[in-house]
Amino acid sequence: MSEDLCFSTISQLARLMETGALSAEELMRAVVARTKAVEPRVRAFNSYDEADALAQARASDERRARASRTGGRGLPLEGIPVGIKDVISVAGQPLTASSRMLEGFVSPYDATVTRRLKGAGAICWGRLNLDEFAMGSSTENSAFGPTSNPWDLERVPGGSSGGSAAAVAAGEAAAALGSDTGGSIRQPAALCNVVGIKPTYGRVSRFGLIAFASSLDQIGAFARCVGDAALVLGVIAGHDPRDSTSVDAPVPDYAGAASAFAKSGRRWRLGIAKEYFGEGLDPEVGAAVQAAIDVYRAQGCEIREVSLPHTKYAVGTYYIIATAECSSNLARYDGVRYGHRSAATTDALDLFFKSRAEGFGPEVKRRIILGTYVLSSGYYDAYYLRAQKVRTLIRRDFLDAFAHVDAILTPTSPTPAFRKGEKADPLAMYLNDIYTIGVNLAGLPGISVPCGFTRGGLPIGLQVIGQPFKEAELLAVAGAYESRCDWGRRRPRL
Amino acid sequence: MTYEAVIGLEVHVQLKTRSKMFSRVGAGYGHPENTLTDPVVLALPGTLPVMNKEALDKIIMAGLMLGCEIAPECKWDRKNYFYPDLPKNYQISQYDQPLCRGGSVEIELPGPSRNVMGDHRRIPLTRIHLEEDVGKLNHAEGVSLVDFNRAGTPLMEIVSEPAIHSADEAFAYLTALKTIMIYGAISDCDMEKGQLRCDANISIRPAGAASLGTKVELKNLNSFSFVREGIASEVRRQVAVVEAGGTVVQETRDFDGQTGESKSLRSKEMAHDYRYFPDPDLMPVRVDEAWKSALRGHCPELPFDKQRRLQRDYGVPYTVTSVLVPDRELSDFFEEAARLCANAKAAANWIANDLLRELGAAKLPLAQSRVRPAHVAGLVKLVEAGAVLSNAAKEVFVDMFRTGEPPEEVVARRGLGANVGADELERWCADAVAANPKSAADFKAGKESAINAFKGPVMRAAKGRADPRRVDEILRRLLAR
Repeated sequence: MSEDLCFSTISQLARLMETGALSAEELMRAVVARTKAVEPRVRAFNSYDEADALAQARASDERRARASRTGGRGLPLEGIPVGIKDVISVAGQPLTASSRMLEGFVSPYDATVTRRLKGAGAICWGRLNLDEFAMGSSTENSAFGPTSNPWDLERVPGGSSGGSAAAVAAGEAAAALGSDTGGSIRQPAALCNVVGIKPTYGRVSRFGLIAFASSLDQIGAFARCVGDAALVLGVIAGHDPRDSTSVDAPVPDYAGAASAFAKSGRRWRLGIAKEYFGEGLDPEVGAAVQAAIDVYRAQGCEIREVSLPHTKYAVGTYYIIATAECSSNLARYDGVRYGHRSAATTDALDLFFKSRAEGFGPEVKRRIILGTYVLSSGYYDAYYLRAQKVRTLIRRDFLDAFAHVDAILTPTSPTPAFRKGEKADPLAMYLNDIYTIGVNLAGLPGISVPCGFTRGGLPIGLQVIGQPFKEAELLAVAGAYESRCDWGRRRPRL
Repeated sequence: MTYEAVIGLEVHVQLKTRSKMFSRVGAGYGHPENTLTDPVVLALPGTLPVMNKEALDKIIMAGLMLGCEIAPECKWDRKNYFYPDLPKNYQISQYDQPLCRGGSVEIELPGPSRNVMGDHRRIPLTRIHLEEDVGKLNHAEGVSLVDFNRAGTPLMEIVSEPAIHSADEAFAYLTALKTIMIYGAISDCDMEKGQLRCDANISIRPAGAASLGTKVELKNLNSFSFVREGIASEVRRQVAVVEAGGTVVQETRDFDGQTGESKSLRSKEMAHDYRYFPDPDLMPVRVDEAWKSALRGHCPELPFDKQRRLQRDYGVPYTVTSVLVPDRELSDFFEEAARLCANAKAAANWIANDLLRELGAAKLPLAQSRVRPAHVAGLVKLVEAGAVLSNAAKEVFVDMFRTGEPPEEVVARRGLGANVGADELERWCADAVAANPKSAADFKAGKESAINAFKGPVMRAAKGRADPRRVDEILRRLLAR
């Protein structure tokens, strides 16, 4: 029973709690017990505060009781434990970005998404591991140690939101928040057999999200099924006056809209881009995605070839823009106001040098150096400015394609989960994101849904790429596949 | 050989806004350390800037007042450098698209004497852009402490063309700029509070040459007089270098107002690479015509335009307008008083002389003056009507300043009205003549000044309420007998 609760969907849990068959506290206790049981092997969390989570759960039960006395409607995520990636601020909780630089730092304020989760009744549960400052694709770059893939503990969960994906996959949270700069939600979702959605840039406030690359970062959700992802997205989405890049557009009822599409029997026009099925694609992954395409075709969807000719420049463009922005965004970690400060320093400059040298890990340093270089005098035009122009071309590729199709289907990741330590070469690691990066450069919404397993039992993800601010359609397309092939119900043997 | 100085000024002006440039926390001066801070100002992880529209209003207004071209879009860039007073280690600023371009500042050069208006010139501007101020480092006994109260305060950088040619011109430019900023309520421009700060780019060239010499940037010109002294001394230094056969080196120098000397801060080779790039956290903001024209409606008349108008429309002389106009409130006070009475010149004199003297003695700002324009106008009218004589009027003014009572009431309470009866005055004059036969004889003998000997006793008898012209008439009539 207890383990079943930990693998139930949010809607199942909500029904149990509405009928009084389950209290938020009971659910939270089950999740805590599950977490304690599997954490030594999975290590999805940097930290969690059991007492605080149980207090939140009891408050939720009281709130529900009050609401039912007054005949009020329950909150959409009442009593649901949602794990939080350790780059999203929760007042009074640690905020480390999995970096020595912020070890011991406790944030004094709530991110906007945190405020919205709390307002929707959710329990903010723990601090989930990631690649340091969200830079990586395996969660191996965490200063506090890697997270393991619940499907094969020798392998990585993907990254950078590896802790979020692993926690949901291992039944340690009903859902989780992550952030996605180049695939950091979708790729780990694919590698861990969960649903992961990255909304349109500007759909969700970034206020309270530790910035990696501001023009690419977007907060999104991990969930057990498409419907749950829709529910969480509906809570966190919306304009925020504290984030100038958040867009003031109405937030539809995603869950309702997606099921309305499903009932309407709409036949989607879906694009397949040959650029996403080329060299480097694992044959088993390719086959699983082809099978998924066949499922859509069998549903009467129209499958069309589309061309995204600038795809080959995406990785290069991304690593210029993302590193340039990160070199500036991470300048604030200097040991002066908070965070790691080197013990013996002679002056301000020395304090900066030593604190940063000690506080940042090698991948973060690599990207800061790269970003500093591409912005430096005499190189700006050749690198940053040109990358921005290519970015526009990449976005135009997608928008041109969307003139003919409603969504585009691709593999989420070229390979299933790889072994820890397997990709020691940074470039090999960067190429893991070739199918996800374009979506961030173009600011589009994307979702990864489980679409099968390798013969070795490793999960495979299907990526659906949608049009700007059409998350409802995106969720509907993803849901159409899930309704036929519910791979997400499988549980890892842990 | 004679040399010409070529000077461009970079002036930083803090905008007078309620909150900071990119956060909701209040802006201000003189608060306890690190109290005007919040997560955004301290650059805590995850925080984002949000633009303060009031600051944008103010810089656009400044641009409109100075005749600048206003950019159609406000775009933000990051200027990256590490310094402990800069919380994010980058400053949000405007690099390639300043909000204002062009425009000019009208200046008045020193006249041949204090009472004579000097020549006017226009110093063209290159650009004005908006950015955020940094915090402040306080060094004490082996430790450095940082106060972030100032960090994030809206700051405007006004860059002039290299079209200033002397320390006096630079001083005049700064004075004119400050007056305009205060007129527009854009800034209080108090240099002691760091609300106005000035750096100068200085070079010299042979008089009449068209090309520019190597420039030196002079920093830390912390007061109006330091600006004048610092520039004058740098020009002298450069001339001395060149005349000794040397060449001026491009560098940044730090001026020490105490010693009057400057020393090299850094050379050209050590110049920062700021790695400017567009700030991805802030979307460009469109500045449309409606916004500009709404602000144009709030732009006050420029000080020199006002001065010319006061001189033309009211006939107030330069010596008085040069006192009234630099203070917008004072000149508004004058115009209000002038509107309430027919004699603008008299009102102007009361304000420029008596009111300012009393305010100075009482150390009060104009806003706290009990004497309001209506008091001044009332007093002018009483004097004009002959109801109060000028000596008594001075007393009335001092009394009004103290009590805030209208002049009529002061006159009645103090018995200072010109209410001496004709018979009484006639009698006092006759008594005075009778009491001093020697002076009467002298006057009759043609010694004109002897008449003054009678006036003192008459005025004393009248307790100042007698009209001196009337007394003079009566005395002459009596003495002509």
